[in-house]
Amino acid sequence: MKVRYFAWVRERVGKPEEEIELPAGIATVGELMNWLARRGEEYAHAFDNPKVIRAAIDRSHVRPEARIDGAREIAFFPPMTGG
Amino acid sequence: MSVRLQREDFDIAAEVATLTRGRDDIGAVVTFSGICRGTEAGAPIAALTLEHYPEMAEAEIARHIDEAQSRWPLLGVRVIHRYGRLTPRENIVLVVTVSTHREAAFAAAEFLMDYLKTRAPFWKLVEQAGAKNWVEAKQDDDKAAARWTAPPGRDEAAE
Repeated sequence: MKVRYFAWVRERVGKPEEEIELPAGIATVGELMNWLARRGEEYAHAFDNPKVIRAAIDRSHVRPEARIDGAREIAFFPPMTGG
Repeated sequence: MSVRLQREDFDIAAEVATLTRGRDDIGAVVTFSGICRGTEAGAPIAALTLEHYPEMAEAEIARHIDEAQSRWPLLGVRVIHRYGRLTPRENIVLVVTVSTHREAAFAAAEFLMDYLKTRAPFWKLVEQAGAKNWVEAKQDDDKAAARWTAPPGRDEAAE
């Protein structure tokens, strides 16, 4: 599945998007964040406070407990500051 | 198209003209434009850079326009949000709502702006005193958006 990062999450991870193989046992957005945080220093930095990070599955806002099976695109970003 | 995301500036008068041309049922047009300030927290700003998630931003704004149209009797809506690097005095966002009477047009414009602030995937990077920092989300914006989801019969006056 495609994972996209925006704003300071993108800067900390060091890339705007990537394809990942979803590991077994990762069922929710929150679990995916915990798994990403263990992938290396830059990910640990990006996801060190998962409570402040927002997520979207297939371009709709979701909560950390949302299930990710069937998702084509998951995005992680800080709270929005548009307008 | 009711939603446009673009780098270029917009022309408020031209957008209003497009929405109202040839109609005599319109009694109210509300326009809101958000503009890049020259100072933030008392210090001058060099520029704001708006990053966005294009596909989601368009879908999310379109959803909220549908929601506004189901809540109020609107005769037209236009939302334009710019992205890229903007300098002070430049336009950032435009909301135009058109209705027979002003109440619907005012309320729908406010509703759309409150949702744009908290739900549309845009992020502001501010250049100030030689440093670039991501703007932090404001709790007041969350409160402003939350009033539109209050259960019926329990409005702000009851809080």
